[in-house]
Amino acid sequence: MQSLTKTFRVQPRDFVKAGEASLKIQRLLKDIGFDPTLIRRVAVCAYESEMNVVMYGGEGKILLEVSAEKISVITDDDGPGIEDIEKALQEGYSTAPPEYREMGFGAGMGLPNIKKNADLFEIRSGKGDGTTLVMSFEVRQ
Amino acid sequence: MKLSEVKEILKAEVVAGEEHLGRTVVAGVGSDLMSDLLTGPTADAVLLTGLNNVQVVKTAVVAGIGAVILVRGKRPAPDMVRHAKEQQLPLLTTPFTMFSACGRLFEKGLRGVEKKAVGTGEVKEGLGR
Ligand SMILES: Nc1ncnc2c1ncn2[C@@H]1O[C@H](COP(=O)(O)OP(=O)(O)OP(=O)(O)O)[C@@H](O)[C@H]1O
Ligand SMILES: [Mg+2]
Repeated sequence: MQSLTKTFRVQPRDFVKAGEASLKIQRLLKDIGFDPTLIRRVAVCAYESEMNVVMYGGEGKILLEVSAEKISVITDDDGPGIEDIEKALQEGYSTAPPEYREMGFGAGMGLPNIKKNADLFEIRSGKGDGTTLVMSFEVRQ
Repeated sequence: MKLSEVKEILKAEVVAGEEHLGRTVVAGVGSDLMSDLLTGPTADAVLLTGLNNVQVVKTAVVAGIGAVILVRGKRPAPDMVRHAKEQQLPLLTTPFTMFSACGRLFEKGLRGVEKKAVGTGEVKEGLGR
């Protein structure tokens, strides 16, 4: 297959559009015909990272790169960043305010879930520096 | 279990996706936490939830959920219905509470996602996540 690169914009606090980039990514991978289990892993990671940008981040984007061997999703935003990354990676840690919890978010499972689903996961963030997540997935034939 | 059977067992009303009632659901999930759906092997499961907002539909699609059922007779908002139709995700509402709805489906043989291997549709209770 031909490799493909696509960028999706993500607006902070836009709950009407929230999640739509990830749904587009999921659709695109389905149309290419990847294994459903692989697609689900990629979609879950894209979605968890997209929702984090919407809820906690700043102006953001998701970069999708697809080849026959590898799928990578890079999500970054220029928001407030994460001061204590180690803490943020712990299951159950969340700074979600009540209105996000009412929507069903704030279990503190997003980042741990990404770590579990991606073959390779890197996070770069710091107070005032925005947040970048690099997630990649091997395509096994 | 066929979605049409789920509808009967829960005396549910179909709000969107009537044409998908022939779909088979392989397990059940009862949750109001979105990350729960994304953590477990929920592909082709039926989701019972008390949350009625559009994010539930989006999360369910990402999680590969086969159908969403609102408990306690909740009516979905119009934008939730529109999204469900767009995403071809059946959306139903049942008068039963979460506990009773889960119990009724369990009684008829539907099981949780504890040990289900993703994609195989095989359900074995007791393996844990
Ligand atoms: N892009 C981001 N910018 C700033 N802070 C972030 C960002 N992503 C995550 N965080 C911080 O890390 C915490 C943990 O994130 P994680 O996704 O694991 O859980 P959550 O979003 O709070 O809950 P859940 O994902 O289960 O709904 C968040 O509560 C938030 O404080
Ligand atoms: Mg999150």
